[in-house]
Formats: sequence, structure tokens, C-alpha cells
Amino acid sequence: MSHTVSDRRDREVIAPTLREIAADWSADQEVFRHTHWGKAMMWIFLLSDTFIFSCFLTGYMTIRSSAVLPWPNTAEVFALVIGGQKIPLILIAIMTFVLISSSGTMAMAVNYGYRRDRRKTAILMLLTALFGASFVGMQAFEWTKLIVEEGVRPWSNPMGAPQFGATFFMITGFHGLHVSCGVILLLIIASKVARGHYDRTGDYSAVEIAGLYWHFVDLVWVFIFAFFYLW
Amino acid sequence: MATTLADDLRPLHHPHSWVTRYVWSQDHKVIAIQYSCTAISIGLVALVLSALMRLQLGFPGSFPAIQPDNYLQFVSMHGMIMVVYLLTALLLGGFGNYLIPLMIGARDMVFPFVNMLSYWLYLLSVIVLVTGFFVPGGPTGAGWTLYPPQAISEGTPGHQWGIVTMLVSLAIFVVAFTMGGLNYVTTVLQARTKGMTLMRMPLSVWGIFTASVMGLLAFPALFVAAIMMLFDHLAGTSFFMPTMQSMGRITPTEGGSPLLFQHLFWFFGHPEVYIVALPAFGIVSDLISVHARRNIFGYRMMVWAIVIIGALSFVVWAHHMYVSGMNPYFGFFFATSTLVIAVPTAIKVYNWLLTLWRGDIHLRVPMLFAIAFIFTFIHGGLSGLFLGNVSVDVPLSDTFFVVAHFHMVMGVSPVLVIFGAIYHWYPKIFGRMWNETLGKLHFWITFLGVYAIFLPMHYLGILGVPRRYYALGETAFIPQSVHLANEWISIAALIVFAAQGLFFINMIWSLFRGPKADPNPWGAASLEWLTPDTPPAHGNWGAKLPVVYRWAYDYSVPGAPRDFIPQTEPRA
Repeated sequence: MSHTVSDRRDREVIAPTLREIAADWSADQEVFRHTHWGKAMMWIFLLSDTFIFSCFLTGYMTIRSSAVLPWPNTAEVFALVIGGQKIPLILIAIMTFVLISSSGTMAMAVNYGYRRDRRKTAILMLLTALFGASFVGMQAFEWTKLIVEEGVRPWSNPMGAPQFGATFFMITGFHGLHVSCGVILLLIIASKVARGHYDRTGDYSAVEIAGLYWHFVDLVWVFIFAFFYLW
Repeated sequence: MATTLADDLRPLHHPHSWVTRYVWSQDHKVIAIQYSCTAISIGLVALVLSALMRLQLGFPGSFPAIQPDNYLQFVSMHGMIMVVYLLTALLLGGFGNYLIPLMIGARDMVFPFVNMLSYWLYLLSVIVLVTGFFVPGGPTGAGWTLYPPQAISEGTPGHQWGIVTMLVSLAIFVVAFTMGGLNYVTTVLQARTKGMTLMRMPLSVWGIFTASVMGLLAFPALFVAAIMMLFDHLAGTSFFMPTMQSMGRITPTEGGSPLLFQHLFWFFGHPEVYIVALPAFGIVSDLISVHARRNIFGYRMMVWAIVIIGALSFVVWAHHMYVSGMNPYFGFFFATSTLVIAVPTAIKVYNWLLTLWRGDIHLRVPMLFAIAFIFTFIHGGLSGLFLGNVSVDVPLSDTFFVVAHFHMVMGVSPVLVIFGAIYHWYPKIFGRMWNETLGKLHFWITFLGVYAIFLPMHYLGILGVPRRYYALGETAFIPQSVHLANEWISIAALIVFAAQGLFFINMIWSLFRGPKADPNPWGAASLEWLTPDTPPAHGNWGAKLPVVYRWAYDYSVPGAPRDFIPQTEPRA
């Protein structure tokens, strides 16, 4: 019984899909049919950027395992005292929540962009940019606390391995730079949406392309969160 | 703009003045020439450095101006410039830019503005690199591999500022390459003309395309390594710096991992070899096919070999690190994966030979260079088999055998292809023909000269002569014959060095005085020879894009009126 079901799935779903992929790659003119050049290029760029962050993170893991001094307990370091109560990782939890929510508003913006809804697209993009900016703001707060209160520097760390500060500032800094660039990109495109630029050209692809970049930056954060804060 | 590439001229940027046409140009052909001229200029600097090194090695003590520090700086700058700023930039930025749109029937790259930025950032990276010669302490002398801790420790020449300009320049280069590489890849995937399927593309495009994809995945590792070392040097972090005793003092750094840098560097460095080699493989296939008037043998296998070599090159990097102190079990894995690459590479070499077999070979200058490439590449490849095996590599490590190997396989071989390619496409690029006699003279001196230079180096290496040494002095294990060989190598190197003048005289003289070239002087079938104008005008194809009906290798087809059938000719 189950045998025939899987056979049918092979025949009706997998085989045609494979044939379609083969047809796309053996076609002339374009591999990805009706795909905006900018969108194709953004995907390829993100693949390259993935390698940059992978190198940063594998480098961090190598350095962490070869460090001679003890690694600080991240649950302690990244705790905030709220109402007399020490809550571990609370700020980072809020930051992660904000960034993931911004992915949601971005996805909605892309959806309304496809429906040519100028107002809603622009508002949702602005909201996404606002979430992004508040993420960077909270990151600035976290850096300040670490530098001023805990005395962590790129070259030294009172709690143990000096590589803790070095990798933290480098990786979160590089990611924060990505978020900041994303916020600027979103603002530019949102203002173009609001002014009706894409209604005139009849092409809202720029919203989707900015969305691709934004989701990527969020996804990278999930890995940084897991490898840096939860390990 | 999405899919309206067909006959739409609107997306093109139309220049209105001399400056936007030739300086801030967005035309892929102008950008290609800008890239090539910059790359060749900086390559000449590296060539002069190599001549200075040979003067010191061949006649030690005769040139008091060359001090040990200078020698190390020459070694480092020569290596880095040749690999990154000359070969990568010339093959991808130069030939990639020129050939991709013309060979696949596009009007330009998909994003001409980004393409222009790519060149100007590349120029900036070259300028930053050159400032290294003028900063206090001079350029870095850490070797082109820039291994820490020595690269940024006291005692290494250029550890003050030279290393900073080098790392910053590399980081800028990576950004510049990324802008260009994204364009090359997207253009090949999305902007081909009607009828141009991937499996009808000339192998040149396949080589450049695969190399660009590899560059986009390999350069990130170099970028990250450069950033981390900059932090180590300028901010005092300890990414790569362990605790050391340096100049009688304990350094403040601790717990860093020098091996991490080597892994990052070679994760870039090994694919880099094939980023340089694959475009050369592709171009040489086209040269051989055109000038032998035969279709390339086993086209599909050639394409798959390129792709497989590209993929495999990402899992072999640690064969550069057999003596680094990494876990010896890694050596087993990396030796195996390294030797597996010999299979697709051998497929390519056999197919080149089988293309020549019973061909109607025209020994014009481009073809001479193409055939010479097969020689030097086989020699360099065979010495690679020695170095790929851990047990043979360990005694040969850091000797002149290594120098001879990589110069044959990724120095001389791609450079011969580049010469062949310049002679081959020059009539199309500038619309003029060069001088055949000068070209042949240049070829024979260069080809025989590189053997005179690099064959004796294998012998020196097996004797155990170490590389990167300023002078050998009186050492028991080094016989007198080594000094004689070194003199011979230096004289040969200086002759080859001088002979390159023939090339430049020929190219520059022909630019102004050369006879007008035929639009398709070699009778080639691929699209770039079929442009309505020679040199191709802005937008490449006039009003209508060409339509492609066949592959690029229909040569000597029985029954055809001419000995080639252009790609645009419909099938009967």
C-alpha cells in the first residue's frame, strides 16, 4: 500500500519537478525563468555572504576551543538586573524577538508589494526599518554595558579569555553593520514606494530583493545567537 | 528590465561625453581594457621584482643595494601581485568582462554600473598595494602567504605598515571582485541570447563562469582572514597570536591559533589556483579548436571536468599544510582528494591532444602559445603528483622544487594562455593585426626560456636548496653546481624578461600602425567574431541580437561550403 503511494508520488511530483529543473538548466536565455536580474544577483550575493559569516563563525569556534583561559559564562555576562531580579539573556531574547518580528513585517510588505498596494507596502517597510533600527540601538546598549561595566575590550577581558571580547565585537559588529545597511536600504526603497516610483515602472521587484537581504540578515542572527550566546 | 533583454536597448547606459565613454565607462569592453591595462602594469612591477630576485640569487653579493630585507619584500610582493592582482584580475576582470557578453550574445553585463564600480575599487586596491612601497619600513616581507605570527611580529620586514597596506588592499580587492563576479555569474545564467543554451557556450565562458562562482565562495575566507589579522595588528587582539618570546620579551598576546589563519588562507588559496587555471583551460580549448580547425574533442566531458575540478578544489586546501603541525590523519584525506583531481585534469589534457589529432593545425602565434601551454601544464601537473603525497612532500617542502612546480603549473601555464589569448583576440579588440615575426620571436624566447629557468629549479629542489633564502653561503649539503645552476637560471630569466619587450613593442606599434584586421581573421565560429562592427560598438550587436542555432565548434564539417559554420547559421 505504502509502496504504491510513494510510487505515485515519484511519478506525479518528483519526476515532473526533476524534469522541470532539467528543462530550466538546458534552456536558452535564462536558467531561472522570468526572474528579475537583481533578484538572481541578490541570491548569488547572499550565497557569497554566507561564506563570510561561516568563516567568521568557524573561526570563532576554533579560537574558542583553543583559548587557554576560561571562556566567560554567557548566561551570566549577558544578564540584566530588572526589578532586583537577575534575568539571564533577557536583552538578547528581546533583540532576537524584535528581529524575527521584523522578518514578519517584511514578508507582509513583499506581499502587499505584489498586490501593488503602495500605502501598506511603504508603512510595513518603515515598520521593518524601525524594528531593525531598534535592534541596532539595543546592540549599542549591550556593547556599552559590556565595555563600561564589565570592562571587556577586544584585547582583554577581566572574566577570562581575551578572545571572548575580540570575537564578540567582531562578529556582532559585522552583523550589526549588515543590519544598519539593511535599514538604510529599506528606507530608500520605502521612500521610492511611497513616491510611486515602482507604480510608474510597473515593477515592485526591488521590495522583494530588499526582503531577501533582510531575511538573510535575520537568519544569520539566529546562528550567531545559537553559537555565541547559547553555547 | 526583468526579461526584456532581447532587442531592448533601453537598459544600456548611453555615454554622452568622452569621459563617460572612456573613463567612467559602463561598457563591458572598456572596463575589460581598463582592468587589463591596470593588471598588466602592476604585473610589470612584479616582473621587475622577480628580475631583482634573480640578480641576487645568481650573483650574490654583486648588488649591495639588495639587502636581505629587500629580498624578502620582493618575494612577498612578487607572489601576491602575480597571483591576485595580475592573474585573477586579468583573466576574470579582463577576459571575463570582454568575452562573456560577446560570446553569449548579450549587449552588456546585467549591471553595468556595478561592473564599473568593480574596476574602480580594483584600481583603488592596486593603489593601496603600491603605497606599501613608500610607507616607513617598506612593503611586507612575510612571504605571499602572510603567515602569522611572523607577518605582524617585530623582525619581519614591513611588519609596521607594509602588512597593513597589504591586508587593506586585499580586503578592497575582495569587494571589487565580488561586484564583478556577481555580474559575470548572473550574466551567464540570465542574459544569454536566443538559442544560446549552457551547453552551447564556448568553453572560455564555462571556465570563466566556474572560476567566478569559485571566487565568490573562496574570497570570503581571505576577506575574513585579512580582517582578523588587521585586528590582531592594530587592535591587539589574539586571534592568530599565541604567547611568544619575541625579541627577548614575552608578548602580551595569548591563546590565539596560527593554524586557523593557515586554514582560512588556504581555503581561499587553493581554489584560487583553479580560479586562475579554469579560465585558462577554457580559453586554451577554444584556441586549440579554432587553430586546429577541429571541434573540441569531448565537449560535454570538458564542461563537466571544469565543474568537477572547481568543486573538488574546495576540499584539498590542507595539502599546503602537511608540515604545519596539523593532525597527520588530515594528511591522508587531503592527499586522497588532491590526487583525485588528476582524473578530470587528465581528461582535459587528453581531450586537448585528441582535438589536435589529425587536425588541420595552423601554427600561428596564438596556437603556438596554446600548444606550449599543454607542455608546461603537463610538466607542472606531474610535479604536483610528487607534492600531493605527504611522504614525498615533507622532504620537498619549502625547497625550490615547490617553486618550480607552482611556477610551471600556475605561473607559466596561465601566462602562456594569456599571451595566446591576447594575440588571438587582439584583431577583434582593436581592429588591427600584429606582426607575425615579432610574435613568433616573442613566443620562442619565452617558451624555451621558461624551461631554461624552471627545469633546473626541480634539480635544485631535490638537492634540498631552500626557497626564500637571500643567499646560500657555504653550506656542506649544497654542491658547487648549485651556484652554477643559479647563475644559468638568472641569465635565462633576464633574457626572458627582456624578451617581453618584443610583446609590448608589437602590441603598441600594431595599435597605431598595424594593418586593418579582418573581422574574423581565424575563421572562428563563436559569436564574438560575428559582431557587425570591428571593434564591437557600444551595445555589441546593432539593432538585432544574434540568434544561435548550434555549438561553437562546427569546424571542417564534411559537405559544408567553408571549413567552419558560424553559431548563427540555422541548421539545414
